[in-house]
Amino acid sequence: MAGSFSRDVIATIGLTVVVIWILPYVISTFTITVLIVYGLLGLSLGLVWGYGGILCFGQAVFFGIGAYTYAISAINIGESTLPMLLSIIVPSLFAALLGAMMFYGRLTDVYLGVITLVVTLIFYRFINSTAGPHYKIGNAQLGGFNGIPGFQTLNIPGQPSSYIWGDGYFYFCAVVLAIVYLGVSILLRSDFGRIIVGIRENETRMSLLGYDVRARKTILFAIGGGIAGLSGALFANWGEIVTPSVFSLGQSAEIILWCIVGGLGTRFGPILGAAGLSYLKFLLGQQSFVDNTLITGLILVFFVLFLPKGIVPTIVNVWDLKFGRLLSDRFQKPRRNRKLRLNG
Amino acid sequence: MAESILETFGLTMKFGGVIAAHNINFKLKARELRCLIGPNGAGKSTFFKCITGQQTPTEGEVYLRGMDTSRWMPHQIASLGVGIKTQTPSVMNGLSVSENIWLSARRFHDGPEAKRKTREIIERLALGAIAKDQLGKLSHGERQLIELGLVIVGDPWLVLLDEPAAGLSGEDIERMTTIINEINKTAAIIIIEHDMQFIRSIAKIVTVFHQGAVLLEDRVDKVMSDPTVRNIYLGKRN
Ligand SMILES: Nc1ncnc2c1ncn2[C@@H]1O[C@H](COP(=O)(O)OP(=O)(O)O)[C@@H](O)[C@H]1O
Ligand SMILES: [Mg+2]
Repeated sequence: MAGSFSRDVIATIGLTVVVIWILPYVISTFTITVLIVYGLLGLSLGLVWGYGGILCFGQAVFFGIGAYTYAISAINIGESTLPMLLSIIVPSLFAALLGAMMFYGRLTDVYLGVITLVVTLIFYRFINSTAGPHYKIGNAQLGGFNGIPGFQTLNIPGQPSSYIWGDGYFYFCAVVLAIVYLGVSILLRSDFGRIIVGIRENETRMSLLGYDVRARKTILFAIGGGIAGLSGALFANWGEIVTPSVFSLGQSAEIILWCIVGGLGTRFGPILGAAGLSYLKFLLGQQSFVDNTLITGLILVFFVLFLPKGIVPTIVNVWDLKFGRLLSDRFQKPRRNRKLRLNG
Repeated sequence: MAESILETFGLTMKFGGVIAAHNINFKLKARELRCLIGPNGAGKSTFFKCITGQQTPTEGEVYLRGMDTSRWMPHQIASLGVGIKTQTPSVMNGLSVSENIWLSARRFHDGPEAKRKTREIIERLALGAIAKDQLGKLSHGERQLIELGLVIVGDPWLVLLDEPAAGLSGEDIERMTTIINEINKTAAIIIIEHDMQFIRSIAKIVTVFHQGAVLLEDRVDKVMSDPTVRNIYLGKRN
């Protein structure tokens, strides 16, 4: 990974400041908030897929579990701190369980995709079918396709009646995204992160070197599930309602699209892809000349054909070609003697 | 008599109807250097995969240092101290040379020690000039050598080399020979090779595989002059 961590911190703070101060002049803070939430969701799959090589078709499951965990526990507990934590822990544990089953079962990538897809479908179907009054967890009525409204939204820890909402909630989400982003950066710089990238590059070789690939993939999958769950809880707070659509296949497909468009193997790409495509969808939703899904499809085709690496890696490549090589040509010794020799 | 560090009893591997390895009884002493030859499809690579745990034998057992490892996972066997260079180069193509070596070093050493070990191997294999280069962009010979580097970082006591000289130029083969001899100071080695000259230059005992079974096991000169070996080898060589 290029660059130092301190550079990451400065870039993150700079970007967060831009988002908080300048973006609200262009887009309403209410809309930016949900773009940030989706950015966090994109980051979760960007970590699991882009760095761990695990293509999960069901990232929306963890997003949905996070949202529902928050809503259900907020209704039962009434103060938002514990529900927020639970909305990270519960999907993370579920991801660990599902991941362990898949990775220890030595499933191939195709089956992994199918299973995560099917799990998404099961959740979507199940939650949709919980309209009856007997589907209750504590005081929380699951509500089927109507979802769960009217739960306690985010409050200042310990003060259930001091809500964090409006612009305050917008700042909160921006800071959460910045913190998780830095957390992911630290993770990827750690030995664990470098080993994970090694596994993405060549799983067979890594196991022949003595690494237990299954355990590490399970852990990464659980971390990704936790981040997706957190974004689900933030989404629930933003909309003040959760509905089964958080589990929909469309939602899962979109997350994959965000990663492709923004760029796999980068941390910022999936965030940018998520925010950009969601904003585009928002703009398209305000008109009725062109069909939304048609545009989405065209964007996918365009990227697959012309920018297969996605936006961020392409920009980085161009930058390196223009400036990086110029610098290295000037300041590095020529590497002529590249033949291998053994020094005894 | 020195004790065997590797022993197989009736090792058999079937893929559906194909019997890739059949009733193989094999012994290897500590720090022995053994060559494995045989025409393509004779089951040599399959035999390696059964030792490393990449394939679970259909029948029979593999013993490594006296332990029955027939049903172990590849990472467990590797952790014992068994390294393999696979037939098709298996490296982390998207990562740099030093990152590749570090990944191997990190498995057996912590933080600073892993870094030190990485530098040591890079120096030992004279990879300094290309340490930051991405592996996917290097030549086949360089990648073969780096894979060997990955294997020896963990100081294994058993090294399996599946056609290490394949596709190398004469000069690279010489280098490979030097390294192999050096590894052999501390580890037992089994080498699968086709290049007769290369085999002659390093091996003492040669085991001949044919149609999944051991056909012959003898000193290199005896094997080379054996009429059956010449027959199957010259007849079926690719
Ligand atoms: N994974 C596999 N599935 C089915 N058949 C296999 C597999 N691996 C090897 N074989 C078959 O087993 C036989 C031995 O192969 P292999 O061990 O690669 O031979 P060698 O390395 O001596 O050339 C061949 O007939 C090959 O087609
Ligand atoms: Mg072979």
